[in-house]
Amino acid sequence: MKPNSTTATQSSSRWSATFNGGILFLLMLTGFAQMPIFKRYYIADIPGLGWLAQFYVTHFLHYLFAAIFVAIATYKTAEYMLEKKQVWKLSPRGYLMVLTLFGLIFTGGLLVIRNLSGIYFPASFIIALDIGHLLLVFGLMAGVAYGLFSKTGWLARR
Amino acid sequence: MSTLLSRRAFLRGGVAAAGTVAASPVAKALPQDNTSEQLATLIDIQRCIGCESCVEACRDSNQTKFPNPAKPFPKMYPNRVPVEDWSEKQDVMDRLTPYNWLFIQSAYVDVNGEETELSIPRRCMHCTNPPCVKLCPWGAAQQLDNGISRIDADLCLGGSKCKNVCPWQIPQRQTGTGLYLDLLPSLAGNGVMYKCDRCHDRIAEGELPACIDACPEDVQTIGPRDEIIAEAHRIAADIDGYIYGEHENGGTNTIYVSPVPFEEINRAMEGGKGIPHLGAATNRMEAAENLALAMVIAPFAGLAAAAGKIVKHFKSGIDQGDANETK
Repeated sequence: MKPNSTTATQSSSRWSATFNGGILFLLMLTGFAQMPIFKRYYIADIPGLGWLAQFYVTHFLHYLFAAIFVAIATYKTAEYMLEKKQVWKLSPRGYLMVLTLFGLIFTGGLLVIRNLSGIYFPASFIIALDIGHLLLVFGLMAGVAYGLFSKTGWLARR
Repeated sequence: MSTLLSRRAFLRGGVAAAGTVAASPVAKALPQDNTSEQLATLIDIQRCIGCESCVEACRDSNQTKFPNPAKPFPKMYPNRVPVEDWSEKQDVMDRLTPYNWLFIQSAYVDVNGEETELSIPRRCMHCTNPPCVKLCPWGAAQQLDNGISRIDADLCLGGSKCKNVCPWQIPQRQTGTGLYLDLLPSLAGNGVMYKCDRCHDRIAEGELPACIDACPEDVQTIGPRDEIIAEAHRIAADIDGYIYGEHENGGTNTIYVSPVPFEEINRAMEGGKGIPHLGAATNRMEAAENLALAMVIAPFAGLAAAAGKIVKHFKSGIDQGDANETK
């Protein structure tokens, strides 16, 4: 590959990582906004952040970012299985991150189904889903923080 | 056979009615919470005389569910967090409070050229797709299979999100009670939210909700939603009247029938905190429901984006196979 082609690939990969990270951040932000905390703690008072205290707005945006995230996750899975798997394997941290993300997609998907009209889940199951979804987010945040400090990636060479 | 039940219909038949009831869909709905049939109530406004028997019956019947807050309340941070204490004002009956889940609203309107006072029992509408339940972050608000939405006082943290998202702002908060006291009372939560649970425990025992049971005028009727809607349309056609609750917020399980338009009643009513309106209420969950479809499409969009890689992968597999065959 020519050097300028490598630079273009790296740049595109950086943009892609920034975009994916941005979607994940917005997902977490709108997810936390489902709890009545941003108004209580003045965050929604910051100019430009008033929407964080509007539950229907944050709920709609959480769905929107979730749909984009599911598309990204599907793309990344296909990319790994078809291209990267020959050279790379998931690192231990990568395994945990992937499991956490799929856990979030799974519990989030069930919560979306729960929210459809005419769908009844047992109360204890809904509580488990709500708490499970929240714990998985904390797990994800811990995983991201660990990655930043340890400088370990999701993939390791085979 | 009609399966709608009012207090009088329930009492009139005695044992015979009990037999009839046992064979009817309502009887199946009343004793069991796990039926898939949504029960709705019909409130015929022109029958209500504003005697408040329903209000008193509601208070008596739900006495054990009312809050008993511990005082002094824990200091909450930041200072903007409001203390909401109704424990010293338990007698208030002209609005919704944690101790008053049903009240009578009044409106002076013109009925057939005559100024008439309408009395309207007001409580939770029990939406068919209740935002209070669906958007509760802890699962403390729950919808039963029979359409009742209720708040579990043992789980609620009193964040008041349910009230915020309710088109009628029905749930009311009492500070100083509930689970938050055992967690981080200064930093998170603020008591428990209370509202009508349509006597879910009485219905589970096959009894009528207290407000229906106590009404001397048979203002309310309870039964399967489709039958209640049909009955509401029949009455509305008879009196050339109007219906509220069938489509509001996507549909509710509390259907009002009135001889005058609800916009008119709404204009004539006194508004304020704890006093729900009778105006338009669009379906608040509709936008999210539509977006749910995007979630189904999303994986396919991801695969479409990876189409180039998929084609390349299989093409290289075929090329590899051809190369092997040539050897």
